[in-house]
Amino acid sequence: MNNVFVYCELEGTTVADVSLELLTKGRKLANQLNCSLEAIVAGTGLDGIEKQVMPYGVDKLHVFDAEGLFPYTSMPHASILINLFKEEKPQICLMGATVIGRDLGPRVSSALTSGLTADCTSLEIGSHEDKKVGKTYENLLYQIRPAFGGNIVATIVNPEHRPQMATVREGVMKKEICDENYKGEVVKHDVAKYVPGTDFVVKVIDRHVEKAKHNLKGAAIVVAGGYGMGSKEGFDKLFELAKELHAEVGASRAAVDAGFCDHDRQIGQTGLTVHPKLYIACGISGQIQHIAGMQDAGIIISINNDENAPINKIADYVINGTVEEVIPKMIKYYKKNTK
Amino acid sequence: MSLKIIVLAKQVPDTRNVGKDAMKEDGTVNRAALPAIFNPEDLNALEQALRLKDAFPGTTVTVLTMGPGRAAEIIREGLYRGADGGYLLTDRAFAGADTLATSYALATAVKKIKDYDIIIGGRQAIDGDTAQVGPQVAEKLGLPQITYAEEILNVDEKSRHITVKRHIDGGVETVEGPMPIVITVNGSAAPCRPRNAKFVMKYKRALGAQEKAAAPACHPDQAPLAFPELYEKHPYLNIQEWSVADVNGDLNQCGLSGSPTKVKSIENIVFQAKESKTLTGSDQDVEGLIVELLANHTIG
Repeated sequence: MNNVFVYCELEGTTVADVSLELLTKGRKLANQLNCSLEAIVAGTGLDGIEKQVMPYGVDKLHVFDAEGLFPYTSMPHASILINLFKEEKPQICLMGATVIGRDLGPRVSSALTSGLTADCTSLEIGSHEDKKVGKTYENLLYQIRPAFGGNIVATIVNPEHRPQMATVREGVMKKEICDENYKGEVVKHDVAKYVPGTDFVVKVIDRHVEKAKHNLKGAAIVVAGGYGMGSKEGFDKLFELAKELHAEVGASRAAVDAGFCDHDRQIGQTGLTVHPKLYIACGISGQIQHIAGMQDAGIIISINNDENAPINKIADYVINGTVEEVIPKMIKYYKKNTK
Repeated sequence: MSLKIIVLAKQVPDTRNVGKDAMKEDGTVNRAALPAIFNPEDLNALEQALRLKDAFPGTTVTVLTMGPGRAAEIIREGLYRGADGGYLLTDRAFAGADTLATSYALATAVKKIKDYDIIIGGRQAIDGDTAQVGPQVAEKLGLPQITYAEEILNVDEKSRHITVKRHIDGGVETVEGPMPIVITVNGSAAPCRPRNAKFVMKYKRALGAQEKAAAPACHPDQAPLAFPELYEKHPYLNIQEWSVADVNGDLNQCGLSGSPTKVKSIENIVFQAKESKTLTGSDQDVEGLIVELLANHTIG
């Protein structure tokens, strides 16, 4: 009872990276709160699934294995969580801020009238004083996220309602194995007890999933463009620079919204989080929404003709110049000095 | 076959075009400096609804929004583009709602509208980016949901099933579900058609009760309610407003008191300034930087 739960997302029978990242975070939260870490998997043909999950320090794994649970559809998975949580009364539930997590989380939180905070960039434990009623709550989950288009960072708490639910994007938390031989309990549930047959009304009739076209998440060098790149053609220059440097190309939300670059390369709170050793920000002003996705980069270079661009404040090198001028020079001098 | 469609739409501050005066000195948001717009993805949803209206004559499209009196603008905007009517949920008791209290309010209004086949809205609003209201409305109404929709492919008359193409992580999916159903639409879906001049002429004087009482923001040059007789003669010019009582809402589930999440603190963004090296775009500076990065094996 009152443990930390992580909903593990599956592609086929493989647990998603984001879920393993959340198990790592969940383990730390559980240690802090002195409770257990429990995980949920729901899918089809899940024999041996515990091998993927246990090393992250899971004390109890709830397995829901039945036909119709993969591919994911909203209602059966929601019923599993809603009914299991009514029994187990978790204090915290974490899930990926993926298409699945953002489809499932709100439905579960609505049924349990618990709060849910989307796209958190940080999770901490702390106390909260409600001055109006003169009450102090200990050991609440601080759900920290940029808000309002990234102009503010808000800390959200759910003082009275449980579970405290949060979604987190892939790459925000670090995945770390706790113990290869961690011994946790596996509980196989009777799915029919949790999911009424009437839940299986939405059918997936066709499905195409491709491996990502890029490896931004794992890239050592990222060359990212913002609205200041001016056009799709401007981005072609970035791809040229990236090719030379063996880097991946990313983009700010403004550049994606303007149609300069594909959505799957967006870096920031509502996109990917990257941890490269070098990040070259080209024509990016640096709203917090973007910074949230790249601030852990080792070295940050900002190329911007606005010397007051917010990103310059976190950059190690600021080049005051236009991208049209500087990027070709970078390509030129890289070629010259590597020959 | 004709369909009854409810479009969920929100008036939002335009957070994409935030100027320097958007934040006050105390770190709170200066809403007055941000223009109020039709949430972009709700326009994508409206377009999907209007396409069904084109395909199935007799279909009605109703816009449902929640907000202050000036949010009647959202209903007007919907009417200009081809919607048939709308409701504005407006009450001080709705203020301060998080996604759950918002969904509760919208669900009570949907129940009052009663007769519907499809409830459709944008995937998320740009002021919160949570994507929670659609699924929560579905849960409150006990309906199935299809989120992240790109396109409604088909509505089958006989089975009353709807087929939708949707985005998933790393791919696309085609799903089919029975109506009534809740659908949320991505910004990458077809953009909304422009205003239709005929509808603009017809509805330009459509007003909500609060707008009628005040000098209307959309016609600031006019005295309050220039032509009162118009509204008796043409009932469609009256944008209907609903209070908590009108939708039989439970006050405990509305607004701030119905919101399990509380904002503990808000920080304006001030970055810790790093020691940084400032360079120019000159050949010498750029080459110097490249040489330095090569020397310390950051690149190469």
